[in-house]
Amino acid sequence: MSHLNVKVAAIEQVTEYVKHFTLVSENGEKLPSFSGGSHVVLALNIKGRIHRNPYSLMSSPLNTENYGVSVRKQELSRGGSVFMHEQIEVGSRFQITYPVNLFSLSKLSHKNILIAGGIGITPFLSQIVDLNRTQTDYELHYAYRSPEHGAFREEIQEMCGDRSHFYVASDGQLIDFNDLLSEQPLGTHVYVCGPEPMVNAMIAAARELGWPEKHIHNEQFTAPQIGESFKVKLAISNIELEVPTDMSMLEAIEEAGVDAPFLCRGGACGRCELEVVACDGSIIHHDNYLTDAEKNSGKKIMPCVSRAKCQNIVVNL
Amino acid sequence: MSQTFKKETFRDDYTFSNSAEAIKRFPFPFPEDEYMYSVNIEPHVKTAVGSVTEFVIDVDEHYVAECEDKKITLERDPDRYLSLPHMMDAQWDTLELIMDSMSHDYPDLFKLTKDGDNWTWINKPLGITNTFVFGDASSLPMDPLKYIGCQAQGDWVVLDQRDNNLFADAAIVTSQADWSLAIDVGMSYQEWHGPVPIANEIGVFDRALKYLLNLQLGSPVRRLNWTMTINPRLDTSPESYPLWGPDRLSITPENVGDKVHLRVELQTLFRLPRSNGIVFGIRGYLISMNELVTNPFWAKRFHRILKGLHPELAEYKGLSFKDVTVDWLSKYDDGTPSQ
Repeated sequence: MSHLNVKVAAIEQVTEYVKHFTLVSENGEKLPSFSGGSHVVLALNIKGRIHRNPYSLMSSPLNTENYGVSVRKQELSRGGSVFMHEQIEVGSRFQITYPVNLFSLSKLSHKNILIAGGIGITPFLSQIVDLNRTQTDYELHYAYRSPEHGAFREEIQEMCGDRSHFYVASDGQLIDFNDLLSEQPLGTHVYVCGPEPMVNAMIAAARELGWPEKHIHNEQFTAPQIGESFKVKLAISNIELEVPTDMSMLEAIEEAGVDAPFLCRGGACGRCELEVVACDGSIIHHDNYLTDAEKNSGKKIMPCVSRAKCQNIVVNL
Repeated sequence: MSQTFKKETFRDDYTFSNSAEAIKRFPFPFPEDEYMYSVNIEPHVKTAVGSVTEFVIDVDEHYVAECEDKKITLERDPDRYLSLPHMMDAQWDTLELIMDSMSHDYPDLFKLTKDGDNWTWINKPLGITNTFVFGDASSLPMDPLKYIGCQAQGDWVVLDQRDNNLFADAAIVTSQADWSLAIDVGMSYQEWHGPVPIANEIGVFDRALKYLLNLQLGSPVRRLNWTMTINPRLDTSPESYPLWGPDRLSITPENVGDKVHLRVELQTLFRLPRSNGIVFGIRGYLISMNELVTNPFWAKRFHRILKGLHPELAEYKGLSFKDVTVDWLSKYDDGTPSQ
């Protein structure tokens, strides 16, 4: 997998919990072009252990002199966002993956409804640039907790004009999905990124109204969660290892020196899928990739975010 | 690098041939004595100096003649270039990829100057110079994919990614192994692979699609595929079938060495940056049986491949001349292990 070496050129405190980082390539060259909705995975060395966290690119795809990512501080996380907020400074260096897009705009859409909740606004900022450039019809609906949490509001107003709509929860403003989705022209696609309950509510409303499945898009990155430790046997490499409570299964496999495939590390892309040969307990699936049937079969696991509640699990790697 | 380009034809009098150097670098595709479909995808990384994968895009001694043949095919059948309206970003991505690679790897032959969006492209072998605005199709004499596709060997299919699938929504195709762009344009991955026997049943296509949907920017991949062609002909399309189909019946023990060609496709796949599409390059290499047997190892192995080929594959590839070719090759196979 190809990587880019970057350094932090600027940091801006956007809201109480959100910091924006401007990344430039270490050698001063332009960074690769990308499509709206793409993300990169940052490799952060936290106390000698590499944490890899995905963040949406929110800078303009038309200007790749730098990349912009915004990070919301998650106090209850395993430390990636806290590390970004507290340890990363201007001049800090790390590796990122090439941009990957798991949330791309449909090129066949006639109209696009973009729905953002909180920090879920980030992928839409690059998408808006693409939509403006291709002169495609869209509306942006951005909901956040209270006025001081409305990150990038001015920027968005400037980019979208009257296509943007803001909903401030503390003022009692909420997006009525049923209202929003019930009278849209044929060929409209809807995209949602935000907290899980919001994503689920939007998808449920769209389905209820009979929207075609292919016109409903969402992006949800799951962070690896803390859990009980368990033992893994890699059948092909013939290695046994232990996944500690604060490490993901994928990280533990990498720590053991095994080159496992991965891409998004957020349970969305499917690249790290492993076949489960045996498990003397149950798999706790946290990903958004496997179908319910696949999850229930117990034959597959996405080690980037999922864990097992067992003594031993054997996978084909 | 200095490259001389051969004057030769891929139709009518068929003067095409390979130099000793070109034979040496021919991408012989068989790692074993038997052949079956597999997900034989590997990273498209640079290999040894002089090999066909030394660079991202290979420019060889046939470059000028192939581009001239392409022009004839396109003039006779303009539908060999087709693009659906939503593919313009992907077209520009493809143009950039090809121009960047060729000018970087063959600086004596191609030159690209970028001044913001104002680009100048110089193609010395074909005598082409154009200044244009990147992203503005009206600044080029034709659509970007057609423009650059006419200046790169092989065929280029541009895929749109949506609904967890890939769609062949734009292409320039003038040297295809008997498939029709006019029929396949807009088709999904499963649809255009529909006619291929066996591969689907053994799960090759499902696995390859899953892999390709996650193809990463900056990490292109490649695979080799093969078929056989009578005469060194590039345009073996269904549209021109009357011009080449009957040749399959003309093979005798006397002309196998001259007329029967192994045709190897170096297939490359690149994720495209702005469009999130994929460009699929299909670059064909032809070698006559006479040329092939100058390498005793290839002669022996190809004899065994062809002899043991699954009948459904032979049928699908249209190898009605297989038996006479196997007989002809048998004199180069002494039965000893091939490696």
